[in-house]
Amino acid sequence: RWLLAAWRPGGGSGAARRPGRFFGVSARARLSSEDKVTVHFINRDGDKLTAEGKVGDSLLDVVVDKNLDIDGFGACEGTLACSTCHLIFEDHIFEKLDAITDEEMDMLDLAYGLTETSRLGCQICLKKFMNNMTVRVPEAVADARQSIDMSKNS
Amino acid sequence: ADAGRSRFAARPRVSRAGGVAVEAERLVSSVWVLLARSRSMGSRCGRVCWKWGSPLRRLTGFSRLLSTAVLAPQICVVGSGPAGFYTAQHLLKHHRLARVDIYEKLPVPFGLVRFGVAPDHPEVKNVINTFTQTAHSDRCSYYGNITIGKDVTVKELQRAYHAVVLSYGAEDNRILGIPGENLSGVYSARAFVGWYNGLPENRDLKPDLSSETAVVLGQGNVALDVARVLLSPLDILGKTDITEGSLAAIACSKIKRVWLVGRRGPLQVAFTIKELREMINLPGTRPLLDPADFTGLGDVVKDVPRPRKRLTELMVKSALEKPGEKEASRWAAATKEWGLKFQRSPLEVLPAADGKQARGIRMAVTRLEGSGESARAVPTGEVEELECGLILSSIGYRSLPLDSLIPFDPKLGIIPNSLGRVQGTPGLYCSGWVKRGPTGVIITTMNDSFDTAQSVLEDLQSGVLDLSNTKEGFKSVRSILHSRGVHPVTFSDWETIDAAEVARGKLAGKPREKIVDPQEMLQLISH
Repeated sequence: RWLLAAWRPGGGSGAARRPGRFFGVSARARLSSEDKVTVHFINRDGDKLTAEGKVGDSLLDVVVDKNLDIDGFGACEGTLACSTCHLIFEDHIFEKLDAITDEEMDMLDLAYGLTETSRLGCQICLKKFMNNMTVRVPEAVADARQSIDMSKNS
Repeated sequence: ADAGRSRFAARPRVSRAGGVAVEAERLVSSVWVLLARSRSMGSRCGRVCWKWGSPLRRLTGFSRLLSTAVLAPQICVVGSGPAGFYTAQHLLKHHRLARVDIYEKLPVPFGLVRFGVAPDHPEVKNVINTFTQTAHSDRCSYYGNITIGKDVTVKELQRAYHAVVLSYGAEDNRILGIPGENLSGVYSARAFVGWYNGLPENRDLKPDLSSETAVVLGQGNVALDVARVLLSPLDILGKTDITEGSLAAIACSKIKRVWLVGRRGPLQVAFTIKELREMINLPGTRPLLDPADFTGLGDVVKDVPRPRKRLTELMVKSALEKPGEKEASRWAAATKEWGLKFQRSPLEVLPAADGKQARGIRMAVTRLEGSGESARAVPTGEVEELECGLILSSIGYRSLPLDSLIPFDPKLGIIPNSLGRVQGTPGLYCSGWVKRGPTGVIITTMNDSFDTAQSVLEDLQSGVLDLSNTKEGFKSVRSILHSRGVHPVTFSDWETIDAAEVARGKLAGKPREKIVDPQEMLQLISH
C-alpha cells in the first residue's frame, strides 16, 4: 500500500498535494535511484562490506566516504603515488573498465599480489553496469596471519 | 569479566570527529560494562537490585570499572616516520584500550616522509594527513626532541611500557670502502638528500657543485631523485618545499651532466618506471643512453614479469627508437643531460693536483655471471676513468644499533627478529627499515608495520604481554626526562612549527619553508 501511495498523483505520505510538485519529487527520486551503484568489497579477512556510491564516484571515494574498514587504503589520497587502493575485479567487469593509462600501470606494477584483473581503485569510477559487482581487497603480505582485532564486539 | 567487557564494548574510532565520538562511545561502553557487572552478580537478588537500582551495587560496579581502565596496554613506539605511525595506527584501530606514545629524536615528526621523499613528489607526502589523524587520537601522544639511548634508555622504556616497538629506521649509509672516498666532492646520496630536504644534521653540507659532471654511484630511485634535483629547471624546484639554502646553491651550480653508474646491467636497475619516465621527460634535459647497452634486450624480457618488462621496454625505446618530433626538438634544445652507465664498479676516487679535491673516478669494467635479479658483476680486468667533480654514492641506507643491550646484526644492518618480535627479548618489537632492511616504498613499510602490530596484538591476547603488571607509560618517563633537563615537543608544538613553515613558504610561493635549525624550532615553541 505504501508503494501504491507513492505513485499516486500528489506523491506519497504527507506533503505533496501541490500540482507541480509531484513531477519534481519523482523525477528527483528517479534520478537519484538511477545514479546509485552498490558495490561489495571482500575484505582481507573475508568479511563482505557493502556500500553504495554515485555514478562518477571513484572506488576510493566510496571507501573513504562510507568509512569502510580496509586497513591502509588510499595512502596517497588518489594521486597515483602509491598502490594501496589495489583491487581485484570480476572478469566480466574488468573487461568493461576504461582502458588503463601508463601512469596507473606504472603504480599498479608495484602492487603486491598483482592479478590479471587488478586495477587501482582511485582510477575506477562507478558506472551503472557495476551495480552489485564484487571487488576483492588483495592480501598485503606474503604470510598473511589470522588477523587479531580487539576492538569489535566479539 | 574480560568476556563481558569485550561483548559490550563499542567500536573505537580514530576519527576526524575527534574526541567527542570517542568519548560518547566510551561512556556507552562504560555504562554497558557497569550493567554487565551488576547483572553478573548472579543471584536473583542481584538482578532485582539492579532492576530497582541499588546505589551500593552501582558503586561497587563503578569501582570495578575503574580497575578495568587500569588494564589498558601502554605501548611505546620509537621513531615517528611511516613505520612508527603505521604501527601505532594499527594498534589503536585494533585494540580499543591501548595507549600508544610515539617518541622522536627530532622536534618534528614524520621521518623520511619529510626528509627523504623528493621535494617535487608532494603527493607521496599525503600520508602525513593520515598520520596527523592518528596523532590526534586521544589514546595517542607524540613526544619529539627525545633521543632514545641518550635521554632515556630502552630499558627505562621497557619498565614504563608493556611493549616497546623500535621503528627508528636507517640514519646512516653504506660506505664504498675505496680509496679517495673522503676527498672533498664525495658525499653519500643520503646526506645530499638530507641537505636539500632540510635535515638538520646535513644543513651545512655545502656540496661542491662547481664542476660540469656529477657521477651518482647506484641506480635506484634515490639515485634518480638526486640526478633530477641536480638537473631540474629552477622554476620547477622553486615551487617545491626544497630548502631556500639548497635552492640558492643549486641556482649557482655548474653541473650540466649526471651519470648514474651501476655495477650490473640494464636488467638489474633498481629504480622503478614512474621515476624513470619522469627523468626521460625532464624539461631542459636529454638522456644519454648507449644503444649498445640495449640492443636485443626487448626480446630477452618478453616473458619476464610485467613490471621488469615494461621498465626495460621503456629504456630500450628511449635508447633505440627515433624520438618523435616534439621530443627530438626538446632534446636538441636541452642544455643538460643525464645518462646510465652499466657494468662499472668503483675502484678509486682520483684526487686533483691539490690532493684534497675529487677530480674523477676509476672504475672496473665488469661482466655478468648469471642473469636476472641474482646476476653477479665480476671484474674483467679492464679499467675505465670518468672525469667528474661531484660523486654521490647511492648504494643504500644503513641502520645503526641504538643501545648495546638491543640485539643487532651488523652484517645485515637490522635488528634480528621474527615477525617483528625482537629475538630473545620479550616485550620488544621492531618495524620498518630497522626490521627488514632499508628498501621499499611507503606501502612496503605500511604492510610491514601492520604485521608487527599484529604480533603485539597476538601477544596481548595470549598473555605473553602481562597486563596485570601495571605500567605507568609516559608518566614515569616524564619524570626521568625532567630530571635530565629534557623537554618533549608535543604534537601541538609541531603544529605551531608547521604553521610557521607554511606561512613563510607562502611568501615565497612554496608549500612551506622548512626550518632547518632545531634551536630555531625550539625557540618558536619557547622551550
